[in-house]
Amino acid sequence: MVMTARPLLPGPSATGDALVLSAPISFWGGVDPATGNIIDARHPDRGKNIAGSILALPGTIGSSSASAVLLELVHAGKAPAAILIDEPDAILLLGLVVAREMGWTTPAAWQLAKADQQQFRGRRITVAANGTITPVEGNI
Amino acid sequence: MTLLSPGQTEVAAGADGLAMALRIVAEAARLMGAPRLIPVASAHIDGALYHGDSGTYFAEKLVESGAMVAIPSTLNVGALDLHGCAKVRLAPHQRDMARRMMRAYERMGCKPTWTCAPYQAGHRPAVGTDVAWGESNAVVFCNSVLGARTNRYGDFLDIACAIAGVAPDYGLHRPENRIATLVLDVSLLSEELRSSDVFYPVLGTFLGLRSGTSVCVVDGLQGCTTEDRLKALGAAAASAGGVGLFHIAGVTPEAPTLAKALAGEPARETIHVTPAMVQETLARLSTVKTGIQVDAVAIGSPHLSLDEVDEMERLIGGRALEKPLYANTGRHVIGALEAAGRRSRLEALGVHFVIDTCVVVTPILPELNGGVLMTNSGKFAHYAPGNTGYGVVYGSLAECVESAFAGRLMREPRQWS
Repeated sequence: MVMTARPLLPGPSATGDALVLSAPISFWGGVDPATGNIIDARHPDRGKNIAGSILALPGTIGSSSASAVLLELVHAGKAPAAILIDEPDAILLLGLVVAREMGWTTPAAWQLAKADQQQFRGRRITVAANGTITPVEGNI
Repeated sequence: MTLLSPGQTEVAAGADGLAMALRIVAEAARLMGAPRLIPVASAHIDGALYHGDSGTYFAEKLVESGAMVAIPSTLNVGALDLHGCAKVRLAPHQRDMARRMMRAYERMGCKPTWTCAPYQAGHRPAVGTDVAWGESNAVVFCNSVLGARTNRYGDFLDIACAIAGVAPDYGLHRPENRIATLVLDVSLLSEELRSSDVFYPVLGTFLGLRSGTSVCVVDGLQGCTTEDRLKALGAAAASAGGVGLFHIAGVTPEAPTLAKALAGEPARETIHVTPAMVQETLARLSTVKTGIQVDAVAIGSPHLSLDEVDEMERLIGGRALEKPLYANTGRHVIGALEAAGRRSRLEALGVHFVIDTCVVVTPILPELNGGVLMTNSGKFAHYAPGNTGYGVVYGSLAECVESAFAGRLMREPRQWS
């Protein structure tokens, strides 16, 4: 069960618990920029925390301030360890582009179809610098 | 960076603010698969609303590295009322950082318009002009009513395009993506309804919910619209969905006829809007469905035009209001009101002007458990419950004013058909 994701904003290898969201999310109003908690009352994954996870997104919706929330998460040390996204989204990913320009340690972003994200649900995984995704040993 | 010309590549390799802006624009273009960058004639910048300290640091880094906007650029609302009408309940640190952020954008040469209706504050690009605008209602007005061309620019990319003077060429910059495929036929509805202000946020919400990623053309509104009605329609559509462009047959510049808006092709889908659809959408705009409680009224999302303030003043008719009426507008309107002595007269009656910002993006409304806010704005109706904690009741401007006067919900008879 090894997949390879397409690089969007590649970066170093990252390991974390896969948080595969069940529905698209609006970062503005949907994720608390100070904690990384999912706060959208209507979102099925409400109450989960994205900080340090390998965050798999089936899509993004809503406000054009998603980039500002993601930048704030990076700055606060509450960003995911890496992001897997179904389709590139210029608004959300711009938060990472700007974080790099600011010289902050920034997670990598990869494109992985939402159907391919599902197999990693609940697993601890490593996304390598070449986009290869593998479950961590001892975790079934 | 094959997107960039040799000259641009040299600029982007630099260490200054222009280089940083150009790299950000080029990265956005690469991510979205845009084949090239195109010049843009103006920008409207939504990035100066405080969401956290990182945005302030970004703006200040641009300022420190000498970045200046290369094209005329207006500013959307910030988190503070710098004009001094309304008191904002931000903690001292947040207030300081929000003020620093607003000042940083001004120092880059952006015009301190601080309004979400820049198109009524003199910023009106010509038909067919490529521009880089942020703020969802401004984007949809710019594309639809002015016929200029912009994508929905998010925070950071808007200022980067303004500094670099270029933007990625994709999406609504390309004529082929501006052609309508969905028709909303409203001719089944009465002319009285189609010619009333209160209909337009409802229609906009319906359009936002039903159009998905399609461009929509509305047929049957010839002779019924005003600029403020189209403003209200677009703001509601862009709140309820991801709408960046709509057409109104016989009204908006790219839709002289229905057939033109469709580029001569048959519509992919036609929805004949029924009274039942209108009533169902209307019901969604109010989260408070029963009772007569109204604790405050908020109007002006998008910011009120002078015409809308005139209408509000006419409806108030010199009466003192029982509940506060928050009138959100910009410097382009308050200046004229102050010069005529109208601001102080209206404030004495219970109108609270909010300038440079608005009541759903920053804490202005009193904290009130179970509070009910009445509004005539589809956008306020959409965002107020999540952002302010107030429940919302939607109604016409006349109903809003009468409710503020009576201190409880007042309705006027209306056929929603």
